[in-house]
Amino acid sequence: MSNSHADNSHGHGHHPALAHHFNNMEDQFEAAKFGMWLFLVTEVLMFGGLFIGYIVFRGLYPEMFAEAHKVLSVPMGALNTIVLITSSLTMLLGVTSAQRGERTKSVRFLWVTILLAACFLVVKYFEYSHKFHEGLLPGALFHNEHITHPKAPLFFSLYFMMTGLHGFHVVVGMCLIFWIIRRSKRNEFSPEFYTPVELVGFYWHFVDLVWIYLFPLMYLVP
Amino acid sequence: MFFKEAHAAEMLVAGSEIAHSWDLLWNFLVWLSVFFFILVVGGMVYLAITYRAGSKHKPKYITGNHALEALWTAIPTILLLIIFAWGYALYGKMIHAPSDAMEVRVVAKQWLFQFQYPDTGRTTINEVYVPVNKPVKLVMSSEDVLHSFFIPNFRVKSDIVPGMYTSVWFEANVPGKHQVYCTEYCGTSHSQMMAQVIALSPEDFEAWKAGKKFDSVPRAGQTLAEAQAEAAKIALKQSAPMSLADQGKALTEAKGCIACHSADGSVKVGPSYKGLFGHEVELADGSKVTADENYLRESIENPNAKIVKGFQPVMPTFKGLITETELNAILAYIKSVK
Amino acid sequence: MTTSSHSNYLNHSKGLWSWLSTLDHKRIGLMYLFTTLTFFLVGGIFALLIRLELFTPGQTIMDPNTYNRMFTYHGAIMVFLVIIPAIPGALGNFIMPIMLGAKDVAFPRLNLASYWIYVAGAVFATSALFLKGADTGWTFYTPYSIRTNSTVILVLTGAFIAGFSSILTGLNFIVTIHKLRAPGQSWSRLPLFVWALYATSIVQVLATPVLAITLLLLMMERLLGIGIFDPKLGGDPVLFQHFFWFYSHPAVYIMALPGFGIISEVIPVFSRKPIFGYKAIAYSSFGIALIAFIVWGHHMYVSGQSELANFVFSLLTMAVAVPTGIKVFSWVATMYRGQVRFEAPMLYALGFLELFTVGGLTGVFLATLAVDVHLTATYFVVAHFHYVMVGGTIMALLAGLHYWFPKMSGRMYPEKPAAIAFWFILVGFNVTFFPQFILGAQGMPRRYWGYLPEFTLLNQISTFGSWLLAVGFVYIAIYLWKAMRNGPVATANPWSGLTLEWQTSSPPPHDNFANTPVVTQWPYEYRVEKA
Repeated sequence: MSNSHADNSHGHGHHPALAHHFNNMEDQFEAAKFGMWLFLVTEVLMFGGLFIGYIVFRGLYPEMFAEAHKVLSVPMGALNTIVLITSSLTMLLGVTSAQRGERTKSVRFLWVTILLAACFLVVKYFEYSHKFHEGLLPGALFHNEHITHPKAPLFFSLYFMMTGLHGFHVVVGMCLIFWIIRRSKRNEFSPEFYTPVELVGFYWHFVDLVWIYLFPLMYLVP
Repeated sequence: MFFKEAHAAEMLVAGSEIAHSWDLLWNFLVWLSVFFFILVVGGMVYLAITYRAGSKHKPKYITGNHALEALWTAIPTILLLIIFAWGYALYGKMIHAPSDAMEVRVVAKQWLFQFQYPDTGRTTINEVYVPVNKPVKLVMSSEDVLHSFFIPNFRVKSDIVPGMYTSVWFEANVPGKHQVYCTEYCGTSHSQMMAQVIALSPEDFEAWKAGKKFDSVPRAGQTLAEAQAEAAKIALKQSAPMSLADQGKALTEAKGCIACHSADGSVKVGPSYKGLFGHEVELADGSKVTADENYLRESIENPNAKIVKGFQPVMPTFKGLITETELNAILAYIKSVK
Repeated sequence: MTTSSHSNYLNHSKGLWSWLSTLDHKRIGLMYLFTTLTFFLVGGIFALLIRLELFTPGQTIMDPNTYNRMFTYHGAIMVFLVIIPAIPGALGNFIMPIMLGAKDVAFPRLNLASYWIYVAGAVFATSALFLKGADTGWTFYTPYSIRTNSTVILVLTGAFIAGFSSILTGLNFIVTIHKLRAPGQSWSRLPLFVWALYATSIVQVLATPVLAITLLLLMMERLLGIGIFDPKLGGDPVLFQHFFWFYSHPAVYIMALPGFGIISEVIPVFSRKPIFGYKAIAYSSFGIALIAFIVWGHHMYVSGQSELANFVFSLLTMAVAVPTGIKVFSWVATMYRGQVRFEAPMLYALGFLELFTVGGLTGVFLATLAVDVHLTATYFVVAHFHYVMVGGTIMALLAGLHYWFPKMSGRMYPEKPAAIAFWFILVGFNVTFFPQFILGAQGMPRRYWGYLPEFTLLNQISTFGSWLLAVGFVYIAIYLWKAMRNGPVATANPWSGLTLEWQTSSPPPHDNFANTPVVTQWPYEYRVEKA
């Protein structure tokens, strides 16, 4: 969006990041934010499909959910919840620092965010490998003798689909944060232009929010 | 009634009270649509021609008319509500079978319908025998994928879903054969997955229960004379009398065999007839048998006794559903497919 | 392409790469146009083969397995690769920003990405053609789509990817319409094509993600056997239908609404009259878009869903007919006391009204519970949605293509061949599809490779009609191709239109306008000079 066109003058000397089809930085920022909100709406709907699936099957087999969820480790899930909430905080600090033009501070917070995301994935890795080991796998791959309910594989289908899709979003989020760190190091952001940092921040909060729903639904079934 | 006027023998028949009620609603919708089509498209043509560029009419600046807009919002709304209510009321009758309905179980699988009669324990394939003027409820389930049971003459249809029961019911008041289609796409031979409802008079139905065969029931809506005339017409087309193998070929089509067994060597659900007779077949347990007459006979009457390697034991038995003469014809046909 | 001397978007930069990597919404629009039309040709060839096979009751040219693949490709290509992207991607991309008085869409790079994501999806989907094919129908109903050994996963992946293209286009358009209107371009002065695209974009953004997750689940079902839709593993095959139609019913409006927008532009221009009931038409698009989300169950009256669900879905479905009726009546009324001209765009608009009226009225049959029980899954449904999708969307696309052809290419198309082709298509369409209503009412099921002999005559009439249609389309391709190369040079505003795209040169310059336009009036201000 930075193909500024030589023929265009916008009155005042314009910012290098201002695209030719916007009047000023403010409009451009507003448009980008609006676009990001819409994108997050589509994300909500996509996860929404899985949540609907969850509701349907939990309604059909409540006793199965009550039985199958017990193999999930609440301490690990709780740890991950804390890790992600903290990462949301560091992300927020990273964005506000970028907004104030405090580059090194912002980069430092963003690195902490990536680190926390990595922690999340490491915990997730241990959880997953335990499930793999126990044969607690989706659908046809399920082979575990301790869980007796015949429909239990469905729980693990939903568990892996939902946490897997969420985990994929975490990985994408890490790449995006890494990308803004690099741009930040090249000194591309300023109090006038920090749109990418702000938008990645939005995205990261969304990823955390999904987990906030996933944790009680998966780990804390009554 | 709406269709009957055209070609009595070939068209749809209203074979039940519900079908008649359905036709009434259908006719209402058809005439309402004709009216609105003339209103809109006729109006369009009229306005386009009357107010064409260069016509004498003076153009006028109009951007809307609230009264008119209110009118063409309100009138369709009212009509649609009436149609909805009518449709829903009739639908209620279509799906709630009377409590005294005779029950028949239907199992659908790629690509045939099996019927089980609870009171006699009999089983039929692709033909369901019912008495006229008595409500019949079909309780259906599927062994593999989605299917659907559609009897146009009774205007009823329901999907058949694996893992659950669905049902249709009807009370035939026209005796004869009523066509049944599978209307949910189910793979290769979807378009050959057909059956017949054979509605018999109460006396005939009792006779059928007792074991009497009803092989040449006319199509519903056809008189016996018409049916005979049609049969004669078909016979006339075939210049020479049919060989036993040709009779067998016709039987494999009528009995639904071709849905699973091809004659050209292509593999469907079951093995192909091509080059089968007289050759060795490898069975699922690794042993080998020669496909002779007794093997084929056993495979039709007790299909799961010997399963050919690479196939599933899914074929229903045809014991008691095929006569000895029919069996001879089918074997002659299989022999002839080299 | 054009030899006109002034600097425009076509000669702004040269070489193939300058096209493939362009950020110019107009060039991206043209790339969409050529790609969707190419797939229209492919899908059309499958349609002709299907009709040819149905010329006789038994086998005509192909066996059932081939036939099942043909109708799957025809449906999947036409739905996912043609009708959904065609009007927004091609005409929307090209015209909509200019109509707003903008220099481009809000996110030009995202726009280019949308195009290439669409191409990537198309490559995946069509690659199945060269492997074991796909034989599930475009609806991918479970559990058949889990069990079949065809390469359905490639088509699923293709549709999944193409879905993101659709989402991003919708998102881009919404932001563009909100943020990039020229000074004076208030909401109440927005052209109806823009309103229609706005409503479409909302549906794209809200419905397509659900398709994405549905297809993802189905892919996982095939790869890992997760069992969500598989009754053998405790899953629910009917749940798939709910998910699928939650997207695919609104998708019908993704296909239809942009076409409504084109008709709303063409009729006033060629009647020299303001559009009748501007607000009603603009709002009815939103009414339709909104109701579109809560009627999906009308595809499933006989699927085993509850009687209560059927009651609700039937009632809500009736509600769609009201805003649709308002539109049709308003379009017809627009001609009253106008000065109607019959150039090709208007002919197609009138053709649209005829076909769409039939499509709409037969929709009421299918919305009616009892009637639908008999008609669903028969040829009546096939005829109905072709009247809506082809009769509606494709006729509107052709109207728009002729209407904006001078703007896009800088050349005029020839009027007489256009009229001849129009009649071939209108007559051909009715001959092809009207008999299918009768076939369906008599009970002929859809997706049947063979049929009972009593259906032969009507099927043969239908096949004959498909040939007329083919002649019409081929003829259009020929004269438009010729006109693009050496048709007479078009003026800036050949139809004396009032929307902003006619206020800039044909073809438009790279930045759309020499100076940012200021909008001072309503786009349908066709005042009559006092005599």
